[in-house]
Amino acid sequence: MGRGMGRFLLRRAVNYVILVFIAASFTYFLASSYLEPIVNFLSKHPQPPLSSIHNILRSRNLDPNTPLVQRYWTWITNILFHGNFGQTFDGNSVNSEMGRRIFVSTELLLVATLVSTVSGVAWGAWNALRQYRPSDRISTVVSYLLLATPTPVIAISLETVDQWMGVPVQYTGMYDPGAQGTWSVITSNMQHLILPTITLFLIQATLFSRYQRGTMLDVLGSDFLRTARAKGLTRRQAVLKHGLRTAVIPVMPLLVYNIVLLFTGATFTEKIFGWHGMGEWLVDSITQNDVNAVGAIAVFTAVLVLIAGLLSDLVYAALDPRVRS
Amino acid sequence: MTTPASSLLASDAVLAVRDLRVSFPSEAGLVQAVRGIDFSLRRGETLALVGESGSGKSVTATSVLGLLPEGAQVSGSVRLEGRELLHLSDGEMSKIRGKEMGMVFQDPLSALTPVFSIGTQLVEALQVHQDLNDKAARARALELLDLVGIPDPKRRIDAFPHEFSGGMRQRAVIAMAIANDPKVIIADEPTTALDVTIQAQVLEVLKKAQEVTGAAILMITHDLGVVAGMADRVQVMYAGRPVESGLADDVFYTPHMPYTIGLLSAVPRMDEGGEKKALTPLEGNPPSMVSLPQGCPFAARCPIAVDVCREVEPELKASADGLLSACHRSTEIGDSVPREEMFPTPDVPAHDRSPRESRPAVLKVDGLIKHFPLMKGSVFKRRVGTVRAVDGLDFDIREGETFALVGESGCGKTTTLLQILELPKAQAGSVVVLGKETKSLNGKGRRELRRDMQVVFQDPMASLDSRMPIGDILAEPMKTHGWSKDRIAARVPELLSLVGLLPEHAERYPTEFSGGQRQRIGIARALALDPKLIVLDEPVSALDVSIQAGVINLLDELKVKLGLSYLFVAHDLSVIRHIADRVAVMYLGRIVELGDADSVFGQPSHPYTQALLSAVPLPDPRKERERRRILLTGDLPSPADVPSGCRFRTRCPKIGGLSAADAERCHTEDPAVQALGADHTAACHYAAALEVV
Ligand SMILES: Nc1ncnc2c1ncn2[C@@H]1O[C@H](COP(=O)(O)OP(=O)(O)OP(=O)(O)O)[C@@H](O)[C@H]1O
Ligand code: SF4
Ligand code: SF4
Ligand SMILES: [Mg+2]
Repeated sequence: MGRGMGRFLLRRAVNYVILVFIAASFTYFLASSYLEPIVNFLSKHPQPPLSSIHNILRSRNLDPNTPLVQRYWTWITNILFHGNFGQTFDGNSVNSEMGRRIFVSTELLLVATLVSTVSGVAWGAWNALRQYRPSDRISTVVSYLLLATPTPVIAISLETVDQWMGVPVQYTGMYDPGAQGTWSVITSNMQHLILPTITLFLIQATLFSRYQRGTMLDVLGSDFLRTARAKGLTRRQAVLKHGLRTAVIPVMPLLVYNIVLLFTGATFTEKIFGWHGMGEWLVDSITQNDVNAVGAIAVFTAVLVLIAGLLSDLVYAALDPRVRS
Repeated sequence: MTTPASSLLASDAVLAVRDLRVSFPSEAGLVQAVRGIDFSLRRGETLALVGESGSGKSVTATSVLGLLPEGAQVSGSVRLEGRELLHLSDGEMSKIRGKEMGMVFQDPLSALTPVFSIGTQLVEALQVHQDLNDKAARARALELLDLVGIPDPKRRIDAFPHEFSGGMRQRAVIAMAIANDPKVIIADEPTTALDVTIQAQVLEVLKKAQEVTGAAILMITHDLGVVAGMADRVQVMYAGRPVESGLADDVFYTPHMPYTIGLLSAVPRMDEGGEKKALTPLEGNPPSMVSLPQGCPFAARCPIAVDVCREVEPELKASADGLLSACHRSTEIGDSVPREEMFPTPDVPAHDRSPRESRPAVLKVDGLIKHFPLMKGSVFKRRVGTVRAVDGLDFDIREGETFALVGESGCGKTTTLLQILELPKAQAGSVVVLGKETKSLNGKGRRELRRDMQVVFQDPMASLDSRMPIGDILAEPMKTHGWSKDRIAARVPELLSLVGLLPEHAERYPTEFSGGQRQRIGIARALALDPKLIVLDEPVSALDVSIQAGVINLLDELKVKLGLSYLFVAHDLSVIRHIADRVAVMYLGRIVELGDADSVFGQPSHPYTQALLSAVPLPDPRKERERRRILLTGDLPSPADVPSGCRFRTRCPKIGGLSAADAERCHTEDPAVQALGADHTAACHYAAALEVV
């Protein structure tokens, strides 16, 4: 890699940071103009006096009477200089809410992502090797069925199957609230992970396998695979060592972006299975007119894009000597 | 060399192929790619398989290695030292491939895995078959790279394929092929993608590899010159079968099969200059491998075919001492049926031109320069240097003349053509077309000049729109220049007959034509507006020799008939020898030698021209045995980093023999162009004629 690569990545990072700033600011303006947190208070029973509503809103930097530019300035300077994303409309710290939810999302996505990446790539490669055979045709049909099915349908079908089997697996929430003791909380938590993980796995693995199948087919007819076999590698060895290694390169950026952006993108899965992660928050904060939460999610998502971009550059450079020089 | 062909079926063969048949199911029906091949390869011997494209050469090689695609149907026998290989499993074959048999493929650009270093791939080849630890394998890999002539292997071993030039990659592939001392090396068109100078180096490496390993070589090529220089024995293939087989000398000098005779007489020869003769084309195309006609597959193209030929396919049998031929009339050939004039040679139209000085110049190029900025960085580009693609060219083309530019790939030929065709406003140097300075032309003048200057490209398929009938393709340039419908309708059939096609062909689509016919269509289109100058970029290099001859004859004929001038670029020096009146040899953006073809080919005086010409193999085994090659070392330097003084000095074979003081001049002083004859110049301080052909 060397210094050239380092400098290249640094320049990229600077570009990305500017983009994050612009994207987050834009979202903040948009959210503040269209979301009306005051409605949450006006609809309370009994309705508090208007002046105290404005006082509360002002203390949370949400008062529509304060000019938008001024609210924005408060918001952005708090983030930049204090790392403080403000308060939710009901007075909680956005920072701690976000911290909790990132942890939840991470737990939910970690296993699913690892398993789907490995199996998606393997499944795609295997299908490519067996192009036009019945197994490949069946895989293709199944993949398209899965990709065409909306996530809620998949999730609810899994729940239905589970119920029909007499609920061998519990699935609502992160763990059984009745569980006593660390150990039983952990096992309950593991059990509750199963169905959402399967849901995410089915969607991601299918998507990845389609990408991988495509790039693999391009590589299978290549001259260098023939050379590898002419050296004395079996077809299997040649495909695994030379073919897969080359065919996985163009899939990497797609993988990285998909995985990273799933942090805020697993909305349906989180909602249906009652996991209070970032995806759920994205929807909830909008329906609750929670401007500061929306702003925080915007910053978070933009940072994710930044990370995905840098990560895929790094992975690409690590895998392909042609871009390094 | 003196293997009697009667021992063709000798039992000491390392590789024996018997009645090999391969077919592939396809939508159109069963493609019979190979229809019964027999050959034996003895230790240390080189056998060449030659034939037109599609004759089944590569399928033969792939089936010997067991690398045929799934679905291929194979029968017959392939024995390696007596052991039957057909129907071995992939696992069993993989123990043989790379160990007993090494393979060198045509395209070195794609033959290596892009993501692994050369060293990794070579070490892998060693460790698959030998129990070597990493250190020992790397040491052996270094030895092998050194053996195949990779300079500074210690530094280069960790380079990736994209950091190697084509010639270097092919050396690396050869190193892999010989890594485990194979008994057989199969080389499928190993030098076709390379320049002649690099081809000469790579063939030399192959010969050396053969000496070191004692391996037998199965050499597959369409280049009869390469065959003459390499092969002990030759097998000619046609439509999936051998049609002639024997010692190289016998096949080249006393062939007994019309196809071989036709093939040999169609090749333009670099060693024949002087009196201009037409080439002898071998008209027609090989039959479809899906529905072969009854009888001899060559009958449709054979000038001596008789009735029995259309009914019974001839067997491969002894026709003369040690020669096997598949022809019903093989015993008559060379006896009652002479080989000469078997295929009719058309007459060349007489060309009485006035002397060169009195003819007007069609194109005059003075001090033409084209530099590209050399950029670095994939997202943030910055200029780090200059690519001197064309670095000061002077030449002129007079009316009725064919002027050829030759040189290795990357020397700037295409850039020169593009510069001339673009008629750029801003350029260093001047381009004068038909007496008009292109820089000072307005839009209208430019359009008129474009009409007088047309171009024909290499790939006949890519340059024709496949959805347009030929008539429309030909009409296109006339429409753009505002010709009336009637005038176009009258011109199209005229053009078609001019290039030897029929007027009714106007209704058909490009896909219905063969490569040679498509190139004729390309020429017809270039002729549509009655140009004065035609620029031809590799016009025949995509065609088989048999077809190429007809197109070259056509170009020669049109030149005389229509008073055309050609600017011709081709990498095949034999073609240039045949067609060019004057030749310019380019090296790194400059012309190093220029003159009439007889002088440049007969008394080449620049060391580069000498090396280039001596690298061209002649289709003549006896001459090839006597020739001594001037091998150039290394590759063309980058045009972004032109050496000081004489730009050829880093590869010049002459500089080593000079005194220190003389050599110093080569390092410091850029040699000026000096006149060597009436129409012959060279840019070398020590230019001296040397016969190399
Ligand atoms: N657009 C460009 N930018 C930078 N370099 C270029 C460009 N076009 C050509 N070159 C370089 O200029 C040199 C001459 O190129 P050119 O294509 O003219 O060679 P050539 O002799 O015609 O080769 P070939 O026989 O392979 O067609 C090469 O080193 C090439 O890489
Ligand atoms: S068998 Fe007949 S058609 Fe075939 S090559 Fe001989 S003479 Fe010609
Ligand atoms: S000038 Fe010197 S280096 Fe250049 S070609 Fe002549 S002898 Fe060789
Ligand atoms: Mg070129």
